[in-house]
Amino acid sequence: MKRQKNNLEGLMIPCGKAIAIAVLCLGSLLGRALAQGGELRFCLRNEPKTFDPLKVEDDASGAIRYLTGGVLVRIDRQTQELKPELALSWKVSKDGRQISFRLRSGVSFSDGTPFSAEDVAYTVQQLMDPALHSPTGDAFRSGTGNVETNVISRTQISIRFPAQVAGLDRLFDQVAILSQHSPKKEMAVLGPFMVADYKPGSTVLLKRNPNYWKADGQGRKLPYLDSIRLDIQPNRDAEMLRFKRGELGLINSLDSEYFDKLAATSPQLVHDAGPSLDSEQLWFNEVAKSPIPGYKKNWFRSANFRRAISEAINRDDLSRVVFKGHAQPAVGPFSPANKFWFNSKLKPQTYSPDAALKALQTEGFRMENGALKDKDGNAVVFSIITNAGNKYRERMAVLIQDDLQKIGIHVNVVTLDFPSLIERMTQSFDYEAIILGLTNVDLDPNGEMNVWLSSSENHQWNPQQKAPETAWEAEIDRLMRAQASTSDTKKRKEAFDRVQEIVVEQAPFIFLINKNALSAVSTTVHGAVPVILSPQTYWNAEWLTVPGK
Amino acid sequence: MSLWRKLACVVLGLVLAASAAANWLAPAGYAKQYREATNAPPSHGHWLGTDDIGRDRFARVLYGTRISLLLAPAAALLSTLMAALIGGLAGYLGGVWARMAMAVTDLFLSLPWLFLLITARALMPLNVSPLVSVLVTFVLLGLLGWTAAARVLCTTAGSLRASDFVRQARAAGLPAQRLFWVHVMPNLKPVLYAQFWISIPVFILSEANLGILGLGVAEPMPSWGSLLKELEGLVSVGEEPWKFVPLILLVVVVTSFQFLLSRQEEVAA
Repeated sequence: MKRQKNNLEGLMIPCGKAIAIAVLCLGSLLGRALAQGGELRFCLRNEPKTFDPLKVEDDASGAIRYLTGGVLVRIDRQTQELKPELALSWKVSKDGRQISFRLRSGVSFSDGTPFSAEDVAYTVQQLMDPALHSPTGDAFRSGTGNVETNVISRTQISIRFPAQVAGLDRLFDQVAILSQHSPKKEMAVLGPFMVADYKPGSTVLLKRNPNYWKADGQGRKLPYLDSIRLDIQPNRDAEMLRFKRGELGLINSLDSEYFDKLAATSPQLVHDAGPSLDSEQLWFNEVAKSPIPGYKKNWFRSANFRRAISEAINRDDLSRVVFKGHAQPAVGPFSPANKFWFNSKLKPQTYSPDAALKALQTEGFRMENGALKDKDGNAVVFSIITNAGNKYRERMAVLIQDDLQKIGIHVNVVTLDFPSLIERMTQSFDYEAIILGLTNVDLDPNGEMNVWLSSSENHQWNPQQKAPETAWEAEIDRLMRAQASTSDTKKRKEAFDRVQEIVVEQAPFIFLINKNALSAVSTTVHGAVPVILSPQTYWNAEWLTVPGK
Repeated sequence: MSLWRKLACVVLGLVLAASAAANWLAPAGYAKQYREATNAPPSHGHWLGTDDIGRDRFARVLYGTRISLLLAPAAALLSTLMAALIGGLAGYLGGVWARMAMAVTDLFLSLPWLFLLITARALMPLNVSPLVSVLVTFVLLGLLGWTAAARVLCTTAGSLRASDFVRQARAAGLPAQRLFWVHVMPNLKPVLYAQFWISIPVFILSEANLGILGLGVAEPMPSWGSLLKELEGLVSVGEEPWKFVPLILLVVVVTSFQFLLSRQEEVAA
């Protein structure tokens, strides 16, 4: 257990090595023994929409799935590597269509129903059932046809998909296994906790699963906690007040302002795990049929114009001023936090309004009385919309407005309610530029196929193209399909590195910042090691303890 | 005039004078970003400190006051004129006209005005300057805020229509149009004044509500609504009392209007 080893190493510093090991081992054993039990309490920001792990599409339901669901393999949130859970081992075929698992024996669901390969087959069939519309299942749908499951024995199964699924094994991190035979259906779970009580609008109470299969090094059954109480609390101020009063054990995700306020009084409670996978970006409307003037379309469809805008934005100030330093200037589509897939050759865009102006002048733009005009004499004025109520995006927009004013570009900042913004972005295309963010939960680039393919609905700057409208979009399409159609990781990495380079060169998205993963954990919660991947603070929930509670 | 009313006049006069002199009192302007001094406490350079992106809060309060105090009365004037025309005419004509006008008024009253404003704001063209956005916000407030006043005016005009002097004028053969403008409207004046004064604080607060939702005056232009947004997250604001200045100013101004209003109500009565 790497995590426990690290804890020991941290404590050994003041002691003599041999004595320290003996004392600490004893202390650790005693501590664990005393610490067992207790209740961890924290907040969900929304009502969970479902307890069915296959239907999860919201954060609150996702949190419950993570804490209650047993999975075959799990992405280690610290190392980002795939680790065995209910599967002892697994093998993906060379063509990337088939995966075979060897399962643990002697495992039971929370209600005592034995776990076997039949449950895995049942779960996969349910997951791929088109009638269920499982958002988790969507990631596995790479071609038409049925998925075939072959139960070889109680502990062996192979699953064959109709077409190649890139990164197939990692996708099983999200698949909580259901019981085929339990009368409790999705309420019979294989994870460390099970749903014991649910009061809509108030709390979800999770109790320890008495049949959970994991045990610690001393043979004690996990999880250590007796229960986790999840309070449904959308108000972040109330969540913060309750945390400060000691009513909550942790806050999984903090805003930079709250983080700094808490850090000022209780620095031991806050954790900045560094840049997360989430990004904030600006993009221009490049949709040919959009109802914006033709001359503006010409600006927005010019890569030189987009690159110049990118160069004129002071990203250091965005992270320093808007996020109080708890963000990093973004480099490209993937954050450096994505250790494997990030293209490390890419460097952050340097801030240079002079160079930006020079680049615009080569495109025929010119300055007249402090205002930039295009070659036809049209003043460069455009609007940036963002969702009202998101103060960080509003502030970024105002900083960008000020930055672009320095090169003679006048920006109107408009905040809209979210439905209006989405309507303009996806239906009427009646907008000029947008600031929004991408929340990445998937490390694999396949999770972003719906963004980068030109035919996709979420190819936001110019969605649903019948055929790629530019050569570089055609190239991205080709590379994304190429990386998705091979299981050779090296080839996939090369292809996606090139995609990242093209995106940075063409700047369809002007990536602004990657927010840091900020969290707060009470000193009463032991064993928490906040990380950048979700769920940042309770990813190792079965190892957490709340002594004295 | 009571002492409180005198005090209210003085306060409003001072606030108006300070906001009118904003260019002189805060020459750097409301949009200049001091990015090296964000969220700074009050100092010699920034009397009320700076906001989250380093803009001088004192300047923003002065300019925001100017916008709210100039445009709220303008919106109140628009809504009062509409109320006078619709409510006054309906009350004067009576019968089916009054019933129709009041049905339309009731329909407007039943609309959730906040959502209506949000929808209207969303339908507006995006590429408008902050100044235009200010004007549009207050025009929308004015166009949607006439209903309650129209009901009052309809009832008052109705009672005037049945009064002896109007009957006498009608019997003397005075044309209906002249009767309305010469005999009815002048007698509606006290009610109109009262409605005008009532509307001002209502529109100030309405704009503040829209501003808090991020749907009011466009950045970087300040208004009381956008300044009050800083009070979100009360956990932190307790340590920075200077952030309460816009709220205190709003309370003082609205209270002052209420003192003046009580005088207008007396006049109307």
